[in-house]
Amino acid sequence: MQTFELILLSFLIICALAVSLSRNLLVSLIIFMSYSLVMSILWIVLQSPDLAITEAAVGAGVTSIIFFVTLYKIKGLREFNSAPQEAIEEETTEVVEETVVTTKKHHEKTINERLQEWIAKYEMPLYKRFYNVMAVVLSTVIILCMLLTVSELPSYGDPSNPANNEVSEKYIMDTMEDTGAVNIVAGMILDYRAFDTFGESTVLFVAAGTVIILLRNDRKKKEKEENDRMYEPKPDIILQNIAKLLVPVALMFGIYVVLNGHLSPGGGFSGGAIMGAALILYYNAFGAENCKKFFTYRTFNTIIVCALSFYAVAKSYSFYTGANHIHSIIPKGTPGNILSSGLILPLNIAVGVIVMCTMFGFYSLFHKEEI
Amino acid sequence: MEILEWIRFGIAAALILSGVVIIGIAIFGVFRFNFVINRMHIAAACDTLGIMMILFGLIILNGFNVMSLKLLLIIGFMWLANPVSSHLICKLEIETNENIEEECEVIK
Repeated sequence: MQTFELILLSFLIICALAVSLSRNLLVSLIIFMSYSLVMSILWIVLQSPDLAITEAAVGAGVTSIIFFVTLYKIKGLREFNSAPQEAIEEETTEVVEETVVTTKKHHEKTINERLQEWIAKYEMPLYKRFYNVMAVVLSTVIILCMLLTVSELPSYGDPSNPANNEVSEKYIMDTMEDTGAVNIVAGMILDYRAFDTFGESTVLFVAAGTVIILLRNDRKKKEKEENDRMYEPKPDIILQNIAKLLVPVALMFGIYVVLNGHLSPGGGFSGGAIMGAALILYYNAFGAENCKKFFTYRTFNTIIVCALSFYAVAKSYSFYTGANHIHSIIPKGTPGNILSSGLILPLNIAVGVIVMCTMFGFYSLFHKEEI
Repeated sequence: MEILEWIRFGIAAALILSGVVIIGIAIFGVFRFNFVINRMHIAAACDTLGIMMILFGLIILNGFNVMSLKLLLIIGFMWLANPVSSHLICKLEIETNENIEEECEVIK
């Protein structure tokens, strides 16, 4: 297994270098997608399938799609030209010529004017050279510091590592009795540490709200009809027929991953990303008008606010009864059933729905400036 | 019987190897051709065939259980999604490339 891991890791390093050094933004984006895919394979080699599903769905799926739409929005899909650099150089040469012309009338150049001349001529190239040298020096220093730190890490897989202490032992032994969940990761993120997951869902909510504030455009009806003919793509028959087959399958798979979060790898985040990707496919195949029939701005608001407040209320009840040692009425069930493990199943559904609406909302806002 | 195991292993190994070789030829072809449409032709056809070979090899290696059914579903999904995405990329290339008339004939 070790050669395999070495090959994958070196591929990751090459991908990272290629992303930063390529001149075309589209090429960078596709290499970023393949970086995410190799990362997902590495998670499986390191025996964490939850992370592998989430990385594949979010990194190589929805995030790259949103990057593509952003590039389309800023019209950055063509190659970089060096036009801005040339404009700056032209301006500095013009300034130099003006100062030379005015001083020729005097026959005497004072020190102040010579200083100004020298500054105007040499300022930009000196600054550029200083900037390049300092950038290289700073990056090398930081890379050397990090490599020094990495060489002092404990060895891989040693049983006496600081990470294998009594905390992880307690979690591995006691999760099934305390929470009723067979999947230890789901028991951790939605029962022992549910407050952190609440924070993550709030971050998604705030991000969606910020993008709506920045990008949403309430246009009047007449402008809307003119612009719509430009924005709506021509419907493609092949894509529509295949989408009729694939969107229900993908949605059902996403719902399966969300509902099985406490029994097998998966959970709210990855299932929500899969459902969001299915909705994005529907939007691309059938256009925004068909999407508005079941997903309007009001639906989006209602779903996100209701899911987040349900999470807050349900988990506050659980925290209150747990902290004061009162018996809570939520049943734990037998481990292995779907309807078991207390509050984990409803919270998974809430998180999955939030992630789905956020991903689809981002795509729709970037593409057409409205939901 | 032991010979049955060996035959199964042999067929699965042959299928997986041939899949990997086909995808290798596809990668070589993608770098050798000049125009986008030629490259898409190679990538779409050989990718789909190679994935089917590799997954069939894995199905034979696994035997007759639920995992083979899931692998069959994956083959079905890839055979639906891969050609459609290649079709969409080629359509985009024909519509947005200005010099398309020099490279190939476009039937409007």
